[in-house]
Amino acid sequence: MTMTWLVDQISIVSKVFYYLIQTVHWTILISVLAYAIALLFGLVFGILRLSLNRPVRWLAGAYVNVIRGVPLLVLIFFIYFGLGKIVNLDRFVAGVLAVGICYGAYLAEIFRSGIQAIDYGQHEAAMSLGMTRWQTLRHIILPQSVRIVVPPAANEFIACLKDSSLVSIIGLRELTRAGREYSSQYFLDFHTWLAVGIIYLILTLSMTRLVRVIERRFAVHGYGAEKK
Amino acid sequence: MIIEMKEVVCRFGSLTALDHVSLTVEKGEVVCVIGPSGSGKSTLLRCLNALEDIQEGSIEIEGLRIDRQHKDIHKIRLEVGMVFQQFNLFPHLNVLANVNLAQMVVRGRSREEATRISTELLGKVGLIDKIESFPNQLSGGQKQRVAIARALAMNPKVMLFDEATSALDPEMIGEVLEVMKQLAHEGMTMLVVTHEIGFAREVAHRILFIEDGKIVESGPPQELLSSPKNQRTREFLAKVL
Repeated sequence: MTMTWLVDQISIVSKVFYYLIQTVHWTILISVLAYAIALLFGLVFGILRLSLNRPVRWLAGAYVNVIRGVPLLVLIFFIYFGLGKIVNLDRFVAGVLAVGICYGAYLAEIFRSGIQAIDYGQHEAAMSLGMTRWQTLRHIILPQSVRIVVPPAANEFIACLKDSSLVSIIGLRELTRAGREYSSQYFLDFHTWLAVGIIYLILTLSMTRLVRVIERRFAVHGYGAEKK
Repeated sequence: MIIEMKEVVCRFGSLTALDHVSLTVEKGEVVCVIGPSGSGKSTLLRCLNALEDIQEGSIEIEGLRIDRQHKDIHKIRLEVGMVFQQFNLFPHLNVLANVNLAQMVVRGRSREEATRISTELLGKVGLIDKIESFPNQLSGGQKQRVAIARALAMNPKVMLFDEATSALDPEMIGEVLEVMKQLAHEGMTMLVVTHEIGFAREVAHRILFIEDGKIVESGPPQELLSSPKNQRTREFLAKVL
């Protein structure tokens, strides 16, 4: 290994990095927006799955089971090409929607289990004070569920971030798409995909850090999570 | 009368927890419910708060009927305060917020008004210095006194105590019973499921002995405790006294 070889390699990789980094904000934007949709869907459907109304409960269950049972890639095709035939969908909107709907189903399960994890005595105490189901959920159950839900929900964000690479298939120019372009243009597959991988890794690892901060923030007093 | 139960039947699957139970409780009356575990004591109390559904019979509280559809259920629960064996304080809220919350959310009181009422009640149960504490920083006895204050803050007409001292360390039972006694002396209508025979003897106007979902015997403490008529009551008392 000569010195020049090493210098060459470094210069190639840094070029690739420079090229790729200009699209990373799309990856972040797509995953953040998709995750926001997923949180909303997840919360709503997670709560609806526990509804006293059977059809409502069934509908929410159907959403979770259908979406979970279909590959995300198929969902992306269905929304962009399928629904795209009926309503004019921008590829960005279609991509974000597909990932959001998909992860909403996973988050719905996480929220449901987070709600069910709270001791039933809490419901009884709230009800005995005259609170309605909704008031109980809003003031007693959800605030305690947050703490349980944060770690698995954050996990889903990391997965969502990685799965946002799938929307490259419909031509959304995010990180993975840029990697494909670069590697096919310069035939630098090894360097390109290594760089793409490293960028994803940096994103997910910084997320893991952030999650730890959030977990501390939402620690419910009295469960010891905040103490060392 | 404040409570009127007529021929109430409550079943859990094949188990009949309450078997045609009838009971009336007058205003200001303190009724203690004793009996072996699994006899239906707790179920009796929980039915009065519609925490359990009844299959037959009727329950009226302050003239409001607990119906199958649970139509007026929130109104009824407002009249009935309940204290649980496991305290069930809200762990994410401090003591003051525990007592304030339902007052604001359900009764629609302002924070200032709720806090004034909570402070007064927490003073009454001797916990004024714990107002900022969280439930996990309190002893069992303190938790239960907060729970009592929380229930009282809703101005209930009846208080139900479901084995309120059973989960407490022995040295903490006294402080909770003291609060309950005080409440009884103030004329609160109370239904108390308890294993504290001494408390029942001292405070109750009437004691019910329940077994297998039926009220086996009922009467004033001195009568029921000293000269029980029923064989089952005698056997039970022989074990616990």
